[in-house]
Amino acid sequence: MNEKILQIENLTVNFDGFRALNDLNFSLDKGELRVIIGPNGAGKTTFLDVITGKTKPTTGQVTFKGKPTQGKVEYEIARMGVGRKFQTPRVYLNLTPRENLELSCNRHKNVWNALFGAPSRAEARTVTGLLETIRLETKADLKADLLSHGEKQRLEIGMLVAQSPDLLLVDEPVAGLTDEETENVGTLLLALAESHSIIVIEHDMEFVRQIARKVTVLHQGSVLCEGSMDDVQNDPRVIEVYLGKQEDNPVAA
Amino acid sequence: MVDVVSSQSTKFGGRKQKLLIEAGIVGAIAILLIFIMPAILVGAGQAFRVNLLGRYLALAIAALGIDLIWGFTGILSLGHGIFFALGGYSLAMFLSLQLPSGQLPDFFSPYGVTELPFFWQPFYSLPFTLFAIVFIPTIVAAILGYLVFRNRLRGVYFSILTQAALIVFFNFFNGQQKLINGTNGLKTDTATIFGQTVSSPQVQTVFYTLTVLLLVGGYALSRWLTSGRSGRLLVAVRDDETRMRFSGYDPTLFKVLVFAISAGLAGIAGALYTAQSGIITPQAMNIAFSIEMVIWVAVGGRATIVGAILGTLIVNFAKSILSEQFPQIWYFFQGALFLIVVTVLPGGILGWLRDDGVRWVRSQVNKRRPLQTYPSLEEDPDVQYERKNLANRKPDR
Amino acid sequence: MLSGLVDGIFSGISLGSVLLLAALGLAIVFGLMGVINMAHGELIMLGAYTTFLVQNALKNTPLFGIYIFVALIAAFIVTAIFGLILERGVIRHLYGRPLETLLATWGVSLILQQFVRSVSWQLVAIVAVFCVLFFGAMTIVARRTDFERIRGWFLAVMLPLSAVSAIAVGNVLGATYKLAFTKEWFGARNVDVTAPRWLRGGLPVAGTQFSYARIFIIVLTIACVVGVYWFLNNTPWGLRIRSVTQNRTMSACLGIPTKKVDALTFALGSGLAGLAGCAVSLLGSVGPNTGQNYIVDTFMVVVVGGVGKLAGSILAALAIGTANYLIGSNTLVDLTAPIQPLSDVFAFFSTISMAKVLVFALIIAFLQFRPGGLFPQKGRTVDA
Repeated sequence: MNEKILQIENLTVNFDGFRALNDLNFSLDKGELRVIIGPNGAGKTTFLDVITGKTKPTTGQVTFKGKPTQGKVEYEIARMGVGRKFQTPRVYLNLTPRENLELSCNRHKNVWNALFGAPSRAEARTVTGLLETIRLETKADLKADLLSHGEKQRLEIGMLVAQSPDLLLVDEPVAGLTDEETENVGTLLLALAESHSIIVIEHDMEFVRQIARKVTVLHQGSVLCEGSMDDVQNDPRVIEVYLGKQEDNPVAA
Repeated sequence: MVDVVSSQSTKFGGRKQKLLIEAGIVGAIAILLIFIMPAILVGAGQAFRVNLLGRYLALAIAALGIDLIWGFTGILSLGHGIFFALGGYSLAMFLSLQLPSGQLPDFFSPYGVTELPFFWQPFYSLPFTLFAIVFIPTIVAAILGYLVFRNRLRGVYFSILTQAALIVFFNFFNGQQKLINGTNGLKTDTATIFGQTVSSPQVQTVFYTLTVLLLVGGYALSRWLTSGRSGRLLVAVRDDETRMRFSGYDPTLFKVLVFAISAGLAGIAGALYTAQSGIITPQAMNIAFSIEMVIWVAVGGRATIVGAILGTLIVNFAKSILSEQFPQIWYFFQGALFLIVVTVLPGGILGWLRDDGVRWVRSQVNKRRPLQTYPSLEEDPDVQYERKNLANRKPDR
Repeated sequence: MLSGLVDGIFSGISLGSVLLLAALGLAIVFGLMGVINMAHGELIMLGAYTTFLVQNALKNTPLFGIYIFVALIAAFIVTAIFGLILERGVIRHLYGRPLETLLATWGVSLILQQFVRSVSWQLVAIVAVFCVLFFGAMTIVARRTDFERIRGWFLAVMLPLSAVSAIAVGNVLGATYKLAFTKEWFGARNVDVTAPRWLRGGLPVAGTQFSYARIFIIVLTIACVVGVYWFLNNTPWGLRIRSVTQNRTMSACLGIPTKKVDALTFALGSGLAGLAGCAVSLLGSVGPNTGQNYIVDTFMVVVVGGVGKLAGSILAALAIGTANYLIGSNTLVDLTAPIQPLSDVFAFFSTISMAKVLVFALIIAFLQFRPGGLFPQKGRTVDA
């Protein structure tokens, strides 16, 4: 059970002299659901950028499933089994949800298959099943352009699952959603956590409480503390930098 | 699950039928173009328009390529003149070499060239020439595209880099008298092929027929590429490359592929055009011509394959008629065309017909289409229930 | 040898400064709106023609000696106004669609080229009558509340009606006043601008001559760069332009009138093109196609320089200008004469047009390791 799916050692990222990530160490067990919180500018998104290969680390290395991801570009890392959901939903607006899912579901992502391959029965079934899961059956054949924000969020999560990655990276999945939708997304993530390793970045503390088992707090580009939700909430350092209640906090005084 | 599969299979059957109908229509139009149009035009005393039609149909092949890359994939190439010219020059070099052995093409003598430049040698062979017409443009485009797309230069950057490449090729062909006859270009109409001069009616008819057939082939190729999974991937490149990358696709390869295919189409177009116009000069690589190609597609309707062909024919015949009558007005007209298509008619003629045309006609005869609402609302049992039971109930008070 | 090198560097810098002057406006507009203005070359051409007109107007007056300064101001104003019209009329409607803007501005450039070829009092009258009729009617009708509904009909009726009446008026006037009215102002042929006396000749340096006209252009370019730099960094509007360049949405939220900023920047960029046109007219004759000679090179300056940094454009322009000159002239051939194969290569590229081939290859090679240009933007906002 304690097999590590993701390991990050001494990771540092510099942007033009600004140190976005500072000597960060992090590891994730297989099958774990981890929530990462941290104030704005703590380097949360950059953290995901590095894992997915969008940003190259200045020093340090990322190991995924025991293999270093150094020198690999985004699509290669994605094919290794890392799926990512963006802060704002990114789906193919001029395709229908069904087509969106079908593209993600496709196992053979080379040019040859794109030209001569056709979706298999099994894939079509997976897509239909996923459409049900994300409750977009009725809009399956509308342009994704016409979906609401929440529906696009769900579609993107669906696309992520269709990709059947081993590790899901989810960046603020409930930003701009109503309470009800938030809860739905939470349930969806918990269901996914049964069979995937997941990293969620989130600001919404209510939501974090709903899904979190273990929480990592990032601050100024490195890990401030790690632990269960309660541990983290009672950690004086976290209270100081993140929850910002130092006035009535005896430790800080 | 069972009925999902069955409904899909009936849908599939419908698609097959549609394809057959489409193939029938395309075939009929091709027959019309090959056998009937020339007869009508000659009968009307407009024999030269047959030649024009043939040339414009050749241009339409290039337009298909532009439609693939710009219409579907959203990449604006302003350098397709390069590929057009490469195709044209390939054929022209072959035709220029149809001479008694040991003899050089005439234009070499004023420059004192006594030995055929090395890269001319393979063009003695017809199979190589046919290969070159398609694949030299394809390879050039693949290299250029790879070097640019690899670095994620896109949008406007790609457009102006292709334009710069165009100028570079223009300068090269324009400046090298000793290699390729510079500004004067290569004339093909007096050359002989299979014992006939190229400009003779027989040969021209062959080229005309070939043009129509290859246009049909290009149409089929474009249809195939833009349907199914590859078609969706093209749209995906246009919509969100980053998403694609994070889903495990390499957009660079897809873009290079489309760019190369469209370049190959342009090469074919260039060769056919050259054969029918009788000359290829570096002017095929001037900036204006390459941008014009885009406007043909835009007028017909981007991302509609028929639109590319239609737009090419409409714009070019308008050009030939207008510039015969009022040469100055043509430029104003063309400029205005760019402005109007981009601002008022972004979908082109076919796009307008598809989106607004039907609605407009309906609204003129006062028949409005019932407003569609969200399907989930339509099918939501709660809404159904409310509609049935609450909508017509009288207020309590 | 020394004089050749000095001459080469001077000519390269002077070529680069023309390029920079031409690219400056383009780069600012591209940085702000992400829009490449294909009609930029034609704005340069308009500036050059304005210089020609000013020169003709001031000929045989005591002011002729300093007509070039009057022309600079006039060219700036004319092209800036034209740029303003272009932004308000066309580009504003295409915001967020840079490729369409490219096509639309190409249309504008075609119209402008043909316009200078065939402009005559008759054409001016036709355009004026058309504008008065069409836009007059538009203002009146636009007051109606149901304007959106009848818009299609209005356009269908008013466009041909105004066009036909304008052409009719033009033809009647043309028939009345004959040649004086229908004669083209410039025609398709090139026109020549004579430099004032103090700009002719050159300054002898180290066995070669620095032409005064080129020195003047270098000085003008420096003045423009300093002026633009000062404007962007020390004025309220400059601050606004920079803030919109960085983050348009945020700026709009903070109450910066982004549309006004767009219009102003575009006018400024166009005005700079006018100044460039003025400079260009000193270097050779001016024709309807003058602008076309500059656009591709100026685009390359923008690509190599990177977005939103003045320093990038400056460096890129100087580098491209110098490279073009050094390769295009025989300088490099002479310098590398001891190494035969190398000098043969340079000899092959040693014409102005062939130099562009090599420079383009160099640019593509450069982009392989600096795809963002000389001064790329960094951070996570890029490519988001």
